[in-house]
Amino acid sequence: MFDVLVVGAGVVGCAVARELSRYALKIGVVEAKDDVAMGATKANSAIVHAGFDAAPGSNKAKFNVLGNNLFEPLCRELGVPFIRNGSLVVAFAESEMAHLEELLERGTGNGVPELEILSQAELRKREPNLSPEAVGALWAPTGGICCPYDLAFRTAENAAANGVQFRFNAPVEKVERCGDGWKLTLEGGETLDTKCVVNAAGVYSDILNNQVSAKHYNIRPRRGEYIMLDKSEAGCFSATMFQVPSAAGKGILISPTVDGTIIVGPTSDWIEDRSDTETSDFGLEQVKRVAARTWPGLPLRKAITTFSGIRAHETTGHDFVLGEPDDAPGFFNALGVESPGLTSSPAIGRYLAGLVAAKLGASKKTEFSSDCGLWPKIREMTPAQIEKCVARDPAYARVICRCETVSEAEIRAAIRCRVGARSLDGVKRRTRCGMGRCQGGFCTPRILDILSEELGIPQEEVTKSGGASKLLAGRLFGEDRQ
Amino acid sequence: MIEVEVLVVGAGPAGLAAAIAAREAGCSKVLILERDDAPGGILQQCIHPGFGLHRFKEELTGPEYAQRFIDRVNAENIPIQCRTMVLDISQDRKVTAVSPENGVQVFSAKAVVLAMGCRERPRGALMIPGTRPAGVYTAGTAQRLVNMEGLMPGKRVVVLGSGDIGLIMSRRMTFQGAKVLACVELMPYSSGLKRNIVQCLDDFGIPLLLSHTVTKIHGRERVEGVTVMRVDERRVPVPGSEQYFECDTLMLSVGLIPENELSLKAGVKLSPVTGGPEVDDSMQTGVPGVFACGNVLHVHDLVDYVSLESETAGRAAAAFALGCGAGDVKKIPVSDGFGVRGCVPQEISAAGSDDKVALSFRPAGVYRKAWWRVRSGDKVLHKQFAMILTPGESQRVELNRKLFEGLDGVVVEVVQSEEKQ
Amino acid sequence: MICIGCPMGCVLTVSRDGNGELQVEGATCGRGKAYGIKEMTAPERTVTALVRVEGCRQPLCVKTAKPVPKGKIFEVLESIKAVTAVPPVNIGDVVIPDVCGTGVAVVATRYVRRG
Repeated sequence: MFDVLVVGAGVVGCAVARELSRYALKIGVVEAKDDVAMGATKANSAIVHAGFDAAPGSNKAKFNVLGNNLFEPLCRELGVPFIRNGSLVVAFAESEMAHLEELLERGTGNGVPELEILSQAELRKREPNLSPEAVGALWAPTGGICCPYDLAFRTAENAAANGVQFRFNAPVEKVERCGDGWKLTLEGGETLDTKCVVNAAGVYSDILNNQVSAKHYNIRPRRGEYIMLDKSEAGCFSATMFQVPSAAGKGILISPTVDGTIIVGPTSDWIEDRSDTETSDFGLEQVKRVAARTWPGLPLRKAITTFSGIRAHETTGHDFVLGEPDDAPGFFNALGVESPGLTSSPAIGRYLAGLVAAKLGASKKTEFSSDCGLWPKIREMTPAQIEKCVARDPAYARVICRCETVSEAEIRAAIRCRVGARSLDGVKRRTRCGMGRCQGGFCTPRILDILSEELGIPQEEVTKSGGASKLLAGRLFGEDRQ
Repeated sequence: MIEVEVLVVGAGPAGLAAAIAAREAGCSKVLILERDDAPGGILQQCIHPGFGLHRFKEELTGPEYAQRFIDRVNAENIPIQCRTMVLDISQDRKVTAVSPENGVQVFSAKAVVLAMGCRERPRGALMIPGTRPAGVYTAGTAQRLVNMEGLMPGKRVVVLGSGDIGLIMSRRMTFQGAKVLACVELMPYSSGLKRNIVQCLDDFGIPLLLSHTVTKIHGRERVEGVTVMRVDERRVPVPGSEQYFECDTLMLSVGLIPENELSLKAGVKLSPVTGGPEVDDSMQTGVPGVFACGNVLHVHDLVDYVSLESETAGRAAAAFALGCGAGDVKKIPVSDGFGVRGCVPQEISAAGSDDKVALSFRPAGVYRKAWWRVRSGDKVLHKQFAMILTPGESQRVELNRKLFEGLDGVVVEVVQSEEKQ
Repeated sequence: MICIGCPMGCVLTVSRDGNGELQVEGATCGRGKAYGIKEMTAPERTVTALVRVEGCRQPLCVKTAKPVPKGKIFEVLESIKAVTAVPPVNIGDVVIPDVCGTGVAVVATRYVRRG
């Protein structure tokens, strides 16, 4: 019997689990996919929003501003890169300037500090690559950028270091009342008993809620497509460049990432299938066309990858649904968490953990480990620092990924850690191996070997991202292994 | 700090040839740094024949061609330090490298030869819509898996791009029991050699679909198929021309990009056309004492010419290291004229130790029965007829340095008129 | 057929004239004519392949020392597949002395050290 089971190992589920691990509780996280951060967490704009956009009085507005305040210390604590680069919302016509005033007023009402309208001249000076058509912008210095899946990994590691158990490849099919607590049935029939449930199931969170509460919600998946540009373009913009929402749509942002690449997107298309993360001809064309308004010289030949993510938009209230439904005591929702969900996640984590702990009458542990499973990254080191690492483990001197300078030791650490990688993509997101300009062309065969060795499986069983995503069709000479 | 006369980055065909030439030119302290476990570079995995016809007048496989140079490197006692990744090169030629055997090393080199080769354009650069499953490989990665690791990337394959590696891998996969369904090429012509089209595709009945492209990748976990469409003259897919191929692998052979991240750290200026450093005819970059050769400089069709070019670089690096380089001499700029892309070198020295100057370029399009020439004002330095010029086949000529005396610049261009002399 | 002599890729038509002599049409040079006749009468290919090596996953690469008849490619590949090389192997070592009765040897094109 668990005290709490968190359903979903995205950035929100991990945040709740970690905050709960401060209490003397038996906590588990069950995740449908093979890894942490496999839903919206791995595919979003990676923006820490200032909070001027959300409707006043909404959960989105409240948790955005709270989360933004928590982000910097949290990232420092977990060793996650975070840069407060500021956000600009750009107007391309005088008629759009009124909208900036509106945003400024709304943002100030939401408690966003230091908002300011910039003139065309000031804007040019700050962002020389910005289109000359830009007439002005809203400046939000508290906007930032981070790496969402890195945040989820480190949060999960720290939670695991404090006793949280993680279960992967475990889709929850059914939640039902069982005595004073809850019974979760996993795909395959296995059941787990728990006193409390935290529903952080992302695009599937309405399904779980609707199994236990008469107050139904409806998640409508909305897909966003992105194009990523090579880090050779680093420095093209210093702030995150939003566009004023217009009749044509919400606009496409261009932003530096903490890894030095440039992210361009997202589109916003309603889709039927909650797991459909395809990119489309139509979507990518839209990204290119609309982004060119901000950056007429958008260098598409520098594209290194394209991807899409799915937002969990709740259609009845258009807001985050947080907390316990009246008719389902001990069942806590983090439902409809779409943008600004990443920004809000630290605050949602604290809030829900507080509610759950109060419900269970739990007390805080005296010890809380600060271990978040960090390993040295040679990319970030001086030669002298590398030398020290190599003296300890020569595998730090064997560079596997050339584009991002990742060593063998880092890949092994990413597999061996508490919530370790089990697939090529798991290694990639934890180390940046294969995320550079060659996109794994050189390092894939080597990572295959390392995964095979560490997991104790033959190379042909290694997957790209779990399930049936095997990378190989077999061996040249049958099963002849020696 | 370890003192070296000529430090060569990369032990592929370019680095090996440059190192040998530097040694032969009188440098005693030559060192090659290589990131892989063994020397030979990409030739290690190119097990097909077709190398060395110009150089050795016989047809060798890639490993055999490489071994001839490795044997000479060994005979000259030139050290090759493998498993060594160069992390940084400074403008004053301090080279920082790391390896499991030696940890972090800093070399101070009198001259540096950049010979890091190139990489393949990945799927992401093409922005092919669809899913992102396992089973999308660049041809070179597939080649390494099959030829060196003994692993099969897939069983039913569609190849996008008709570059030579893609053609060669179509045949290899067929030989290893896979079914190659089609080779799909965006352009109306193939960038691969005719010989490879005949012997790698036609021999096995693999269709070459010119003016076609992959417009969608299907399959959530592993590739399940691809949609292929015909494209019009502007390379835009033609609605209604969709064909679906059921396959488990999409192999990409869509171009090579010189790998110049280190060159940039050294302050070397790159040519936007070739993607490699701008060099003079001694293969010296804009940073004195830093030379470049092989595919890091521009993508070659034939390894034989990589060897030649790298020997020039090695000799010049040796001369620089020994303090007998040409010094500050007048440089004559070489520019691309009509029909010419990426002429190398971009500058020619009025004086130099070699009497001959090699020029090479890639035709910008397909030209039949055309002339190409090297011209300065009204003066034609060289003129050459070709039955056909295509982007897939680079052109090369060696000219007497004396021809360039007193010139302010030359242009290399294609002339399509029927005039004959 | 398409000539492989150069990037021109001349389309060759090979036919027999009244006297039974082979005629090549469409070639723009002498090499093309010779290629057309060879390709029509006795096409040959050098085959390169991979051989299992005792004690390791990594294969050994080999080639036919001379071109073999085109029609025998897959037969040759089958024979090569049946072989296991034992290290050490030197470049040029004969793996199969006479493959499929062609009189052509299959030889190693890479070194394999150790045992």
